[in-house]
Amino acid sequence: MWTARARESWQKNLPIEKLIPDTQPAYVVSWIYVFGVLTIAALSVIIISGLALAFAGPAWYHTSDFGHWVNSLHFWSVQLFFAFMVIHLWGKFWMAAWRGGRMKTWISGAVVFVLSIATGFTGYLIQTNFDSQWIAYEAKDGFNSAGIGAFFNVTNLGQMLLLHVAFLPAVLGLLTLIHVLMVRKRGVVPPIDANSSNTEASR
Amino acid sequence: MSGWISNFMNHPATYLKAGWVQISVSNLIVILLMLTVFALAIFIPFPNEDSGKGKK
Repeated sequence: MWTARARESWQKNLPIEKLIPDTQPAYVVSWIYVFGVLTIAALSVIIISGLALAFAGPAWYHTSDFGHWVNSLHFWSVQLFFAFMVIHLWGKFWMAAWRGGRMKTWISGAVVFVLSIATGFTGYLIQTNFDSQWIAYEAKDGFNSAGIGAFFNVTNLGQMLLLHVAFLPAVLGLLTLIHVLMVRKRGVVPPIDANSSNTEASR
Repeated sequence: MSGWISNFMNHPATYLKAGWVQISVSNLIVILLMLTVFALAIFIPFPNEDSGKGKK
């Protein structure tokens, strides 16, 4: 039965003790290990504020004070999201975080990074102001010269809106979840000079 | 926008140039801030670093 095989595979690869741990190795007690979860926290604010913007619509967020505030919250949480993600990337790069069978974790993080840029880009394109118009008409030449302007048309507001609020967030959310599950499966990568004395468990 | 924010933002960005390298002052400030946070994250000790070691 495929359900039994799927359950056994899950229990073997990601038992609940690994999925929701109550301890971490001692080397995790460092601020540099905080930036992954800070990135997820910023992403959560982005998703929640984005849902509010999507449900209430531009007639609300372009005209009311609270709408402007939520719109700004969405924008600035994106700035923090990218800052936290890049610092997380620097930290993981300099500790060679692909060690110990974590290559797929590293690759999934890199893919999430690139997809985040695409999501942020489509967000800039749907502001419906002179800024978005400028960005779209500067970018279209680049995409046309790369031969993808026909099916990724940055001047098509409807296409950019749907990519930004539906397709890209769904893929980004799924890949982020997979990235986190991979981290939980292998554990947080130890520093390069870690030895047995500082890999003991710590709350 | 009104007041000092309008005066502060309502003009083209200032750019720094060195040969083929060109960057706006605002972007440079953001990058320097991120590098500062990165350095602080490595060098500032995490609270209760010692009290948790080896405990479960």
